[in-house]
Amino acid sequence: MSPILSVRNLSRSFGAIKAVDDVSFDLAKGELLALIGPNGAGKSTCFNMLMGQLKPSSGTVELMGKNIAGMQPRKIWRMGVGRTFQITATYASMTVVENVQMALMSYHRKLYSLTTFAYKLYRDEALALLDTVGMADQAERHCAVLAYGDLKRLELAVALAHDPILLLMDEPTAGMAPRERIALMQLTADILDAKGISILFTEHDMDVVFAHAHRIMVLNRGQLIANGSVEEIRTNPQVQEVYLGGGTLFNAAQEDVHA
Amino acid sequence: MGLFIAQILTGLANAGALFMVASGLSLIFGVTRVVNFAHGSFYMLGAYVGYSLMQVLPGMVGFWGAILLAGIIVGLIGVIVEICVLRPVYSAPELFQLVATFGVILVIQDLALMIWGPQDLLGPRAPGLKGVIRIMGEPVPQYDIALIVITPFVAFALWYLITKTRIGTLVRAATQDREMVSALGVNQAWLFTGVFFLGCALAGLGGALQLPKGGADLLMDFTILGSVFVVVVIGGMGSLPGAYLAAVIISVLNVFGVTYAPQSTLVLMFLVMVVVLMFRPFGLLGKEEVAGEHGQVGEPERPIKPAGNRIRLLVAAGLLILGLLPLYSGNFAVVLVTDILIFCLFAASLHFMLGQGGLVSFGHAAFFGGGAYAAALFVTYADTPMELALVLAPICAGLAAIVIGWVCLRSTGVYFAMLTLAFGQLLWSLAFQWGDVTGGDDGLVNIWPSDWASDNSVYYYIAFFLCTGGILLLRQAAHAPFGYAMRAARDSARQAEAMGINTKRIQLVAFTFAGIMAGLAGGLFVFSKGSIFPNELETARSFDALIVVFLGGVKTLSGGWVGAAFFEGIKDYLTRFEYWRFALGLSIIVVVILGPEGIVGSLRKAGERFGLLKVPEDAK
Amino acid sequence: MLEVKGVNSFYGKAHVLNDMNFEVAAGTVVALLGRNGAGKTTTMKSIMQMVRPRSGSIIYKGHDITTWPSHKVARNGLGYVPEERRIFTQLTVLENLEVGRQPPRDGCTTWTDEMVFDLFPNLAERRNNRGKALSGGEQQMLTIARTLMGNPAFILLDEPSEGIAPVIVEQMARVILQLKSEGLTVLLSEQNLHFAQAVADGVVIIEHGTQKFVGTLSDLQAQPDIRDQYLSV
Repeated sequence: MSPILSVRNLSRSFGAIKAVDDVSFDLAKGELLALIGPNGAGKSTCFNMLMGQLKPSSGTVELMGKNIAGMQPRKIWRMGVGRTFQITATYASMTVVENVQMALMSYHRKLYSLTTFAYKLYRDEALALLDTVGMADQAERHCAVLAYGDLKRLELAVALAHDPILLLMDEPTAGMAPRERIALMQLTADILDAKGISILFTEHDMDVVFAHAHRIMVLNRGQLIANGSVEEIRTNPQVQEVYLGGGTLFNAAQEDVHA
Repeated sequence: MGLFIAQILTGLANAGALFMVASGLSLIFGVTRVVNFAHGSFYMLGAYVGYSLMQVLPGMVGFWGAILLAGIIVGLIGVIVEICVLRPVYSAPELFQLVATFGVILVIQDLALMIWGPQDLLGPRAPGLKGVIRIMGEPVPQYDIALIVITPFVAFALWYLITKTRIGTLVRAATQDREMVSALGVNQAWLFTGVFFLGCALAGLGGALQLPKGGADLLMDFTILGSVFVVVVIGGMGSLPGAYLAAVIISVLNVFGVTYAPQSTLVLMFLVMVVVLMFRPFGLLGKEEVAGEHGQVGEPERPIKPAGNRIRLLVAAGLLILGLLPLYSGNFAVVLVTDILIFCLFAASLHFMLGQGGLVSFGHAAFFGGGAYAAALFVTYADTPMELALVLAPICAGLAAIVIGWVCLRSTGVYFAMLTLAFGQLLWSLAFQWGDVTGGDDGLVNIWPSDWASDNSVYYYIAFFLCTGGILLLRQAAHAPFGYAMRAARDSARQAEAMGINTKRIQLVAFTFAGIMAGLAGGLFVFSKGSIFPNELETARSFDALIVVFLGGVKTLSGGWVGAAFFEGIKDYLTRFEYWRFALGLSIIVVVILGPEGIVGSLRKAGERFGLLKVPEDAK
Repeated sequence: MLEVKGVNSFYGKAHVLNDMNFEVAAGTVVALLGRNGAGKTTTMKSIMQMVRPRSGSIIYKGHDITTWPSHKVARNGLGYVPEERRIFTQLTVLENLEVGRQPPRDGCTTWTDEMVFDLFPNLAERRNNRGKALSGGEQQMLTIARTLMGNPAFILLDEPSEGIAPVIVEQMARVILQLKSEGLTVLLSEQNLHFAQAVADGVVIIEHGTQKFVGTLSDLQAQPDIRDQYLSV
């Protein structure tokens, strides 16, 4: 089966620094792919190129066979790519359900309409989406007063509004409590199963990555240094050295406590 | 050749005062994020204080001592303003601080009038530098040469202070994150005060230094403000070398403009600014704005809901009372309410793009005055009937808004605001200087309604239907998907772009829509008055609208027209007093500090407290 | 050394901290555990007086510091290391350190640029780079280094392990232990129980702005129900 997303020789330089250096990978339909690596390894640069925030210096990004490299974010969105941000970006002056309705209004190209009341538009659809992420009971709340974990779930609902074929999630569980992290990633995995979409995500919490990713890629100094199953990555000595660390300190401490 | 060099030297000399005022403004903005509109007032104070000191202090030492002392005194006045007016509002949104400094302008204007009287003062000439020297046969005043020499020293000293000393490092750190600087053990309150002192002292110094060339008058605060903003924006906000470079460019340009194109000196300056910002959106030497938003807190805006039946009934009743006005009141009230309605539409149009779109414009009068001038020009030169002119006015204003909006929206935040201000000034200078067509200062007169509408009551109904219709349309737009898209672009442009919203286009349409409505108000205005003068295009007129929007309540849906109605209503009464500016300025400052939610916001709060209005769950 | 007594803090109308009571003894490391939004950062900011407690008091070395301005708190040896890496991105590494510099303080290490670079070798080679050119991990190091330049007796570390790579997290843990061995008192906020276990002596657990547990690490270990309820891994 042909891949949903196919990245070939993607590079981006800032002056003399190669932030992303010749990265190539595929993402299959229904796959949950993790991108990990140390800070400054180029994950954000890579993500921003996939999303259109940044133009690649060279290389191609093909979505269902169409090159989207260098397109504007809103065009890429219209082609069926949804995204969530590392630091949540929601509309603080609106209610929860209005945030989702906003995405639906954009999807149905109703942005320039003056004749209708916006709060009535696509309300049922929006509520259904909120229900998928377990936020339906908070639909009428003011977005500015939501807890952080709820904002993350709202963002997920917003990202699903246009029935995407691909979801890009930048550190989806950053800033959440351990239990919430597990729950959010479980929810994400369930949505992936139910809707058959593909997901690429970056993450620092290895518990989350090892528990849910189908496959892991490791970026270091702009280059992909590993790409494989959870077990392959966990035991890869190079990955341990640049990213995972020996874990000696923590293991010792834990043993102390358990003893 | 000689003339050419002499002119360049004059330009360089003029650049001195301009640079000092501009660098002070730039410095204050950099650290406190306050765009100090009162900066021109400190410049004016410098001139007046310097003048008074020179009357007392004798000789050469006295002259230069007076200049230095004037700087220090003005700096201290700045400290008083900072402590009393700005400290209480640092944590408020930027617009609040702007409005507060505008209040300061009004207060200082009347204080200067009280102390120094209305007549212009001729500056004394510098002892020992009264003569001229000849350069290639052209006379150049010795005092100009002195200014040319002094300015780079001041510039260098400032640059050294900011980049090489510990104080400078702290100042630059505070520019980015004042809360953090404080948590690292630096008393940031005094750092702010210190910067304000320095900035105001520079303005005062500039004012005193130009005394032998320009004297002192009560208009110099606004006169310099336009040039200073242009300089700061061209040079790049917060860049000292940029401010110097831009001050030189603008001053030299002005000198040549006076010689070769006297009709367009003012226009020229703003054109240069627009061109520079087209290619370098953050000025010649400026850097992209790093949002220093830490420590800025305010209650988040509430979600909006269309009015319930009770409110709709209330509005209908209000409209009925207004609609029947000519039946139960006299001519004076009818004319007054016509004016109020027109101003309400103007303010509501600004409030629409400011409140929903977050677009703070300093030049909205361009569309109000623009619409008015368009109508007046059509009537004067094409004998266009009123009915058609009232259609053409909003169309012309809308077309202007498309062009101006397209340029301005390439920038954001303060730069956007400055660009709108520049375009406002540009249109004003066109109207003012292009006398053959626009009548210049004499304006265009005899623009009267068609015969059937010439009765005040009939014209009242025209204004009533168009203005209330416009305001209701703006309100509907806020509740429509378009208004939501505007708020989306304002709340998070990043998220909006990532969900397919073309934020710049949404903003341009909003800007144009607001421009059309302001143009309609302008068209109505000109037929109601029968004439139009350049002051309807002035920055002061833009500020009138900004202030009423603010006093009505920015974070409400009706703040614009409510504020406008209230202030246009009391203005008629207030302006009968001699020192009304002083009173108005003080009340603005008091409102900013004590009632920052504005009239509508405060009424809503009160209503909720006394149980007249339902409090939303999340606001408890 | 530090006592938090009955502190209540608000953001506008939101009651963020509800009757917080705990102590930090000199020379110890105490971890403030809880999920995002539980009130950890507000606790730190309340101690620093960046958020004014509405009631209760904060006693530091016997002084009630509750009404002091934050710069005065910092001037008395309390150093705050914020989360979200709030370095001055427009300033160079050396200038960032300069902002943090304070006069020497009795009984505390007097830090110099070079000592800080010894602790964080990555920063040494970037001393003339602007803050914005640093990687996330380096920025995190710089926030700590900058605070050390104030020669603190006590530091507040807000989420030192958040959003950085596991290898750097380990380095952070080593630095904290080293600072402790030099006599510094540390209060850190954490979501990562592993990290807390590696460095902390005492633990305070907060949830919805209310403290649910105060004690030593081994106390916590003896109450697995509490651990599982608030810190499930």
